[in-house]
Amino acid sequence: MLSPTGNTGDAVFRILMLIAALLMVAIVVAMVIALATDSMLSIRQFGFRFLTSQRWDPIKGEFGALPFIYGTVASSLIALLISVPFSLGIAVFLVEQAPRYIARPVGFLVELLAAIPSVVYGLWGIFVLAPFLRQYVEPALAKWFGWLPFFRGSITGIGLLTGGIILAIMVTPIISAVVRDVLAAVPGSQREAALALGATKWEMIRVVLVNGAPGIAGAVILGLGRALGETMAVTMVIGNRPEISLSLFEPSYTIASAIANEFTEATGDLYVSALVELGLILFLVTFIVNGIARLLVWNVTRGTGGVGKAA
Amino acid sequence: MTANYGNADRMRRATSALMTTLTALCTVLAVCALLIILSHIAWQGIGSLNFQFLIDRPRPVGEGGGIGNAILGSLVLLLISSAFGLPLGICVGVYLAEIGRGRLGGAVRFIVDTLTGIPSIVTGVFIYAILVIPMKHFSALAGGVALALIMIPIVARTTEEMLKLVPHSMREGALALGAPQWRTILGVVIPAAAPGIATGAMLAIARVSGETAPLLFTAFGSRFFPRSLNEPIASLTVQIYNYAISPYDEWHAQAWAATLVLMTLVLGINIIVRFLTRKKF
Amino acid sequence: MSVSTRSFQLVAWIAVLILGFVALACNGGGSGSVSLQGAGASFPNPLYQKWLSEYGHHQPNVKIDYQSIGSGGGIKQLKEQTVDFGASDAPMKDEDLKSAPGEILHIPTVLGAVVITYNLQGVTQPLRFSPEVITDIFLGKIKKWNDPKIAADNPGVTLPGGDITVVHRSDSSGTSAVFTDYLSKVSPEWKEKVGAGTSPSWPIGLGGKGNEGVTGQVKNTPNTIGYVELAYAVQNKLPVAQVKNSSGSYITPSIDTVVAAASASAANTPDDLRVSITNAAGPQAYPISSYTYILVYKNQKDAVKGKVLVDFLWWGIHDGEGFAKALQYAPLPDDIVKRAEGKINSITANGAALRK
Repeated sequence: MLSPTGNTGDAVFRILMLIAALLMVAIVVAMVIALATDSMLSIRQFGFRFLTSQRWDPIKGEFGALPFIYGTVASSLIALLISVPFSLGIAVFLVEQAPRYIARPVGFLVELLAAIPSVVYGLWGIFVLAPFLRQYVEPALAKWFGWLPFFRGSITGIGLLTGGIILAIMVTPIISAVVRDVLAAVPGSQREAALALGATKWEMIRVVLVNGAPGIAGAVILGLGRALGETMAVTMVIGNRPEISLSLFEPSYTIASAIANEFTEATGDLYVSALVELGLILFLVTFIVNGIARLLVWNVTRGTGGVGKAA
Repeated sequence: MTANYGNADRMRRATSALMTTLTALCTVLAVCALLIILSHIAWQGIGSLNFQFLIDRPRPVGEGGGIGNAILGSLVLLLISSAFGLPLGICVGVYLAEIGRGRLGGAVRFIVDTLTGIPSIVTGVFIYAILVIPMKHFSALAGGVALALIMIPIVARTTEEMLKLVPHSMREGALALGAPQWRTILGVVIPAAAPGIATGAMLAIARVSGETAPLLFTAFGSRFFPRSLNEPIASLTVQIYNYAISPYDEWHAQAWAATLVLMTLVLGINIIVRFLTRKKF
Repeated sequence: MSVSTRSFQLVAWIAVLILGFVALACNGGGSGSVSLQGAGASFPNPLYQKWLSEYGHHQPNVKIDYQSIGSGGGIKQLKEQTVDFGASDAPMKDEDLKSAPGEILHIPTVLGAVVITYNLQGVTQPLRFSPEVITDIFLGKIKKWNDPKIAADNPGVTLPGGDITVVHRSDSSGTSAVFTDYLSKVSPEWKEKVGAGTSPSWPIGLGGKGNEGVTGQVKNTPNTIGYVELAYAVQNKLPVAQVKNSSGSYITPSIDTVVAAASASAANTPDDLRVSITNAAGPQAYPISSYTYILVYKNQKDAVKGKVLVDFLWWGIHDGEGFAKALQYAPLPDDIVKRAEGKINSITANGAALRK
């Protein structure tokens, strides 16, 4: 490992690079240890109950993570449900159908959505999106789909649906960029074979999509990872209420929002420890999610020159 | 040969045309969303944009003031985070592409990828715990380190990808001429992949210039122009956040104007990225 | 120009810039000025910014910075000693004081009011609420705007029939602490069910982030009711409710009624100046008023910084009070100023009092 060439310059170089790599590993490990240590107090106090209790009461010292876990997962799921079809559509259009002179600038524009700071998304959400949803979209949903448990309750424009939509907008550029890479990596021979057999354009695209399916799944999970951790934009429009409700109009609360809202002010060791434990749970969830994503994406784009643009 | 345009064929063609339209629609909607948000920001903020705003520091409400220190602060933070994040990220990328093989390389790759997905607020709290509290004060340095941690995985991944794209023939040519591996990598492979590595660097910079949450716990915020790296420092995102949550319309307008400045900064970086990636070999 | 030459030029420019900033870093801090860092409550932030700016004209080689991160944040950073002074609306609790690394003094600076604001179309005159009604609304027991209990407080006003949407703070907040402190005093049920604090577990309602979040939600959503600092309601032209005080009068929150609350409680104010003046006794007192404090260590580690700090605090409670009214803060009553002076005089460094 030191130096297969026997050259000292090589040995030094390799060791330096190895040190850089190990430094990264050390930092991540340190993060996990730091999170685990600071949440020890809360883990000891609540144990498994932390994951199932719905009560979050800093004054009385009762903490339960379930509403936050629900809010985080639900908002991310809504974001994906909205974003994935759109992202696939965008990626397919830009890779398979648009001529080059449209695809490059439009692709650039879509990626620009990722460059908007999340604080700005939050502000836009409060002042533009929420009133719009409250006045036009949510009443329409309540009228047509009110028989479903998802569209009941008072309509304020602030709630799980708004949070999900903002997340969807934020996540779309990531998913579409990665899917574009994945689709571009599918060998041209697949396309030619389908067309030679008489497929229409859409049927050929289906073949390409199936071919890139693991990579697409990876892109989706990447977007999910980003959605799980998004803080600022969500906390401004989701209502911040630690309660579980099936209705999308009702307010909700995500883990990242809770930490952002309460960490600087949390006084009292148990309170801080509970918040850190929330962070640990979120870390572990993103860890798992990203692990799956990367494994899938690498399978498809390994060595084919797809530039990683996803943040 | 006349084709058989039966019903099944018509259905297939119609479906294909429909899907083309739908995918185009998706793209149009996405671009519309961008334009709606951008135009809202511009409409709200353009009124407060003037030269004084860009060079002055914040003043009490009713007295005007500006974001000059925040612009400088953001630039300083970007420089610090790049100073830490770029070299480290590139080295990790070099390791993953050229040196790391087998299990250790795979494990490092996985861990670096995970770091990309960690919410920035967790990174901020981590740096708060290991830098701010022992030092007993907030500092630009802590803020820069937190941002660097966010940058590194992005830079490492793109560096690795770009290095892998360099044709093996270039490496083999250098090695055949007697260059040791390290000279090959430093003198041939990295320069060949330089535009792509620059892309990764610029993308990472664009990403961290929009971050707020980690800075709240590390760089903190300041009303003054930056004087030292060992003190709290202002930044555009934190300033936008502070103004936006205040009760005063005047400060709200300043928040939107600051957003315009920030977006121009990020747009500028994006344009540089695209320009650099044009000259691909 | 070849690719590699351009890349190296880029790297060289970046290196030059970095070196420039390293030079900046090494030079910073030695210019002869003293700098102090404060953090805490967002409620007095506009006033403190005004103070710091004015004091900066008064003493140009003093650089004091204040960041509004919330009352709890101010307390926390003071205890961690990452800031030189903290600021909080609610006084620190006994356990917090005990766990601090040194004795902390509470210096009151100004007074403020937490007001009830609402969004009710068709209602132009200010609504009146008695304490029981407010409590029941925030407990979720009164659900509709035309509830007879609300009507009883507002004879002659036609109230719409919609559902009440409660808006509270989602983040930990001194404003919440003051409001829940008031509710705990007027309602044993509230005290038992929810209690008082910066992060209460609200029985119902939407959470807005910061005073601004609550203001935004109330302003943009009909049939809402929420609580915010007076400045936010005035700046955003939101309707402000009159609250019935313990003497039975419906009081409009204003500078005078807030000062009345402080004056009425002055006799009961303990020596360390940690006092809650909600539900104060005076006839003109606005019941949801509070002091806001600057928190400092009694024993300052750095004599130079400590001197700057005490001089600033002295200026603040005397000259600084003159700027309060214009920004909708109520200045301290005179007897409290006297007692605050005593506290400032007791701040020491290395055993010697800093104000001689």
